[in-house]
Amino acid sequence: MAIAVAGSVVTAVAHPPMSYWRAVGWRLRRDPITLAAGGLLALIVLAAVLAPILAPHDPNAGSIRLRLAALGTADHWLGTDEQGRDMLSRLLHGGRMTLLAGLTPVLVAFVVGTVLGVAAGFVGGLPNHLIMRTMDIFYAFPAVLLAIAISGSLGPGLWNTLISLSVVFIPRVVRVAESVTVQVKSLEFISAARASGAGIGQIMRHHLLANVLGPILVFASTQVSLSIILAAGLSFLGLGVTPPAAEWGLMLNTLRGSIYVNAWVPALPGVAIFLTSMTFNLLSDGLRDAMEIRS
Amino acid sequence: MWVYAIRRLLLAVPTLIGASLIIFAMVHLAPGDPIAAVMPADATQAEIEATKKAYGFDKPLPVQYLYWLGRVAHGDLGRSIATRRPVIEDVRDSLRHSLALAVSSSLVAFGLGIGLGLLAAFRQGRVLDKLASAIAVVGVSVPHYWAGIILIIIFSVQLNWLPAMGAGSEGGLAEYLRHLTLPTVALSLIPLGVITRVVRSAALDILAQEFVLALSAKGLWHRTVFFHVVKNAAPQILTVLGLQFGFQLGGSVLVEAVFSWPGTGYLLNLAIFQRDIPVLQGVILVLAAFFVLLNLTVDILQSLVDPRIARH
Repeated sequence: MAIAVAGSVVTAVAHPPMSYWRAVGWRLRRDPITLAAGGLLALIVLAAVLAPILAPHDPNAGSIRLRLAALGTADHWLGTDEQGRDMLSRLLHGGRMTLLAGLTPVLVAFVVGTVLGVAAGFVGGLPNHLIMRTMDIFYAFPAVLLAIAISGSLGPGLWNTLISLSVVFIPRVVRVAESVTVQVKSLEFISAARASGAGIGQIMRHHLLANVLGPILVFASTQVSLSIILAAGLSFLGLGVTPPAAEWGLMLNTLRGSIYVNAWVPALPGVAIFLTSMTFNLLSDGLRDAMEIRS
Repeated sequence: MWVYAIRRLLLAVPTLIGASLIIFAMVHLAPGDPIAAVMPADATQAEIEATKKAYGFDKPLPVQYLYWLGRVAHGDLGRSIATRRPVIEDVRDSLRHSLALAVSSSLVAFGLGIGLGLLAAFRQGRVLDKLASAIAVVGVSVPHYWAGIILIIIFSVQLNWLPAMGAGSEGGLAEYLRHLTLPTVALSLIPLGVITRVVRSAALDILAQEFVLALSAKGLWHRTVFFHVVKNAAPQILTVLGLQFGFQLGGSVLVEAVFSWPGTGYLLNLAIFQRDIPVLQGVILVLAAFFVLLNLTVDILQSLVDPRIARH
């Protein structure tokens, strides 16, 4: 904007206010821990996606003569497992299963939980009671117990893991979605929108969802780390992915008996689970701070 | 207060009934015939039918549920298909060990977590705060079953200081405590992280309020201000402690599996692999009932500490 003052031109410095999401991005870029966590996670995901290209060996081909090779062995620098299979290749491939089994339930819970929770909060009354009291029932079980009980009844397998973990996370998302919806619904701008003739669909889209999705997303992101630990934990118990597939929890389980022979190679899959779960925790912390959402 | 306590108690009843329905449903919707798993391969059809009848598996599902619920109400959880022992005895024996583990790991996690959380809050932004926050993140991120294996590798395999398996039930109290040490550490990691975080943020919220500034301004000792902050943060902290204790009891399956600790989690694990349905149902039901009652107790305790809650 240029204003002519007494013959000379003065340029007024008038930045438009940053949009909310630009401000969030700006804050995220200035947070070194979140950036580092994001970088590490990107590497982990990339390694899992590119596993077939990156893995030096076939993850399922073993050699009896090469069982439990130590760390730093030539050609197998992360050692080999109890069947002589290359650990590096199995860790790379294993990440695919663990990430899939950990992320999918939270994604499912985010979608289903948001729909149920926002509906319950927006409609209120009897539907709210029905939905929320049903969700309360699932709170009668600690998360680990519920996941193991459902998986234990359904039997082993990736699908059953996904089902049981989704059942664990849906009620949690519903609770958060319902409570933010009730909060936002009572704010004045919703009444203002209604008074100025906005339909339910418009209020939902422009005024409600725009304001509740952020907090729900941040909450869902805090659950990913637990979901990964639980998904790997189910396979660790023999309830998840079935052998000979490579999956971090399952690898930890089958290698557990070998700690008396070779102490440190069996610990590697756990390091992978730990690092992945920690990067998700740090990321969700950073996201929450950047979005200025109070827990 | 009493009105609140009674209302809260009544609310727990439908939750428990719902939970029993879920437990009953998940076991019966499951694939696989539990009878086939325990009958010898050459059993005749008549023998199989007789066993089914003895366990009530030949009735329609709603009838089975009501029968089961009626027996449960009388403390009869049925008999284990694998061992023929009454389920209630198995659960009672293992619950003792799980309680011991839950209490010891809660003591460790509560003590360290509250201490670290308060230290972090009162030293906000300094090295101690950063350290406490780092411990908290590690605590909530670490797969505790893996931590258990690492502990075994270090303290049992390499150093040979502590036993890796079982409860050493024959060796007296000292031996029991030696066996309890490693599972306790492994199980306390997650609640340690959670509690440190919650205590830190609860204390920071209170510290940011104006009355704390007023207390300092009128010249009270640091110690007195500290006491006021803790008192005001207590209700929130109490809720988390209650929940975490419940998680310790119901969520120790993985740690118990790593250390072969003879608690409810170990029993549950065994039941899953033997497809021993009465034991599976019994363990989950007892743990869920315990969890619901614990939450109830915490809510009522909380309303005692903070009377504002009961008035809502």
